[in-house]
Amino acid sequence: MPAFPDTHGHFGDFGGKFVAETLMPALFELEQAYKEARRDPKFHADLERYSREYVGRPTPLFFCANLTAKLGGARIYLKREDLCHTGAHKANNALGQALLAVRMKKERISAETGAGQHGVATATFSALFQRACEVFMGSVDVERQALNVFRMKLLGAKVTAVDSGTKSLKDAMSEALRDWTATVRDTYYLIGSAAGPHPYPMIVRDFQTVIGREARRQIVKHEGRLPDILIACVNGGSNAIGLMYPFIKDKNVRMIFVEAGGLGINGPSHAATLTLGTPGVLHGNRTLLLQDELGQIRDTHSIAAGLDYPGVGPELAHLRDSGRAEYAAVTDAEALEAFRLLCETEGIIPALESSHAIAYTAKLAPTLPKEQVIIINLSGRGDKDMNTVARALGVPLREGG
Amino acid sequence: MAHPKRIARKFRELRARNEAALIPFIVAGDPDLQTTRNLVLELERRGADLIELGVPFSDPMADGPANQRAIARGLKTGASIAAILAMVSELRKETDIPIILFGYFNPYMHYGCAELARDAAIAGVDGVLAVDLPPEESAPLAKPLRANGIDLIYLLAPTTPIERNRKIAARASGFLYYVSVTGVTGARTHLPDDLAEHVGALRAVTALPIGVGFGISTPEQAARVASFADAVVVGSAISALAERHGPTGDVVGAVGDLVGAMKNAMREERSAQANAGASK
Ligand SMILES: Cc1ncc(COP(=O)(O)O)c(C=O)c1O
Repeated sequence: MPAFPDTHGHFGDFGGKFVAETLMPALFELEQAYKEARRDPKFHADLERYSREYVGRPTPLFFCANLTAKLGGARIYLKREDLCHTGAHKANNALGQALLAVRMKKERISAETGAGQHGVATATFSALFQRACEVFMGSVDVERQALNVFRMKLLGAKVTAVDSGTKSLKDAMSEALRDWTATVRDTYYLIGSAAGPHPYPMIVRDFQTVIGREARRQIVKHEGRLPDILIACVNGGSNAIGLMYPFIKDKNVRMIFVEAGGLGINGPSHAATLTLGTPGVLHGNRTLLLQDELGQIRDTHSIAAGLDYPGVGPELAHLRDSGRAEYAAVTDAEALEAFRLLCETEGIIPALESSHAIAYTAKLAPTLPKEQVIIINLSGRGDKDMNTVARALGVPLREGG
Repeated sequence: MAHPKRIARKFRELRARNEAALIPFIVAGDPDLQTTRNLVLELERRGADLIELGVPFSDPMADGPANQRAIARGLKTGASIAAILAMVSELRKETDIPIILFGYFNPYMHYGCAELARDAAIAGVDGVLAVDLPPEESAPLAKPLRANGIDLIYLLAPTTPIERNRKIAARASGFLYYVSVTGVTGARTHLPDDLAEHVGALRAVTALPIGVGFGISTPEQAARVASFADAVVVGSAISALAERHGPTGDVVGAVGDLVGAMKNAMREERSAQANAGASK
């Protein structure tokens, strides 16, 4: 495995720890706890057991015969993270970090969430391990992902709507960091993506690589060889790095990050950080950000709440800069079309976030020879998006209707 | 450029007079830069010893609601680093009060660390503080600041272990800023009971002056902190006054009254201490 990050948490030019002093000792404490957990066979055994018996791993790798035929090019597989308990890959990370929280004897767990999938996953493991839980969520997202808010509350979490700034994931994360600054002695802050200050990007990546390790075994079983292309949607980048990290040394395997093009990357309404971002420091790390020339962070937009953030994880920024990974942006409209495509061809309702990866595949696959093999990370299921999709399609949803 | 090192000189003068420094934190551009300039001059007249100028940033992660809103107002009126430095330049024709930029790293980085150090020195800035820049990451800013004679002010927190305090103190200059509460900025009705002990413990690792801030909002609190610290920082209480009195009301007068009352209480506390000591 490559030696990233270095001991200060740097991935090339990106990463590091950029937080107020109050939080620095907590980050060192977390680093130490994680180091010890990694060496502890009991920790691995617990992680493995809950992954299997509770999350439902391994998730299947499914060959999409209909979609492949319809697109008429490369052979398309889905890594079915939508089948994880709670409905998205977020469970892998939440489980791992919740076990760390228990190990560190933290009584309370906090999290930020955008789409609500990470909030639901965190609330779930807080319930399972009997910890108090508070989830910070932008008030815009509280509204557009109302179903997930209700799920979190049923699971016993307190959901705090954040009304500052853009009222979405960026501000939820700022508020979660503020809360942690005041509660750092007894709270475990459970970050939901491969972002934030070191050691989070490394820890989240490590807990998500179970996706790629399984996919590697599974594709060899199906195809007798490694895939040609891996495709995943990217916000912070946890589902992408989780699928792709175990292939990082296989230079012939292309890695493609798909981000939110919103209403189009020529206008102001998108979250295409890898395409248009510049280096900067936000939420504890140096990474690519959507910002103006004075270093003020810009507003973002995506139909997918879980992609609506002006930054990206530092390791992904590094993989872009080093040329190892490719990247592309997909618009709201393309994502919606891909959402329907997967529903109709394969009987699978994808999350709007994951629909971005499908949309890019729909453009790419027809241009490729039939022997090429693509794995898409289907990071989550679309149940949470029913209201948004209905509204976008102009279909009124009524109770008991 | 030979820099006057105004911060060190100010603390020497205050020590000689047995006074603690009062450091108001005002967000540049709240409600506009002209008012900020007037505030600096009025606050100096009312007893402020140093000034922290808040540099607006879109995502102030270490600030509570009052400062968040003040920073948003400053951002809206266009208080960029360039505009703030131009204002400091103008101020230097009228005052010698030490001025410290207080902000987040991203706007500094975008201005350019070397360019910021150069231009801040030319404008007459004496210190720079970056809330989210711990010593592990501070070299790119620390080096050019030092070369230009500007102090990089470091924060120490209640959670910082003693060995780390020692390490940070070793690279600090100007003064050390002790964060009084485990939390973000914002007025508190109660300051921690062990605040004096914490500051006392820091004396063992540094000879630099120690300022205390976060949460201090009343003359009584300022006086208590002045009894054991070298400087008292007041911020959110000022932001709240600026909000209340707004662009039309008398922000300068209202903040001036608070600062005057705080400085008086601090002076009284110190002379009471001295008298108690003398009569022993
Ligand atoms: C289903 C789903 N996929 C993807 C993401 C994006 O996050 P990441 O880039 O960390 O995988 C989210 C975030 O909320 C999500 O809910």
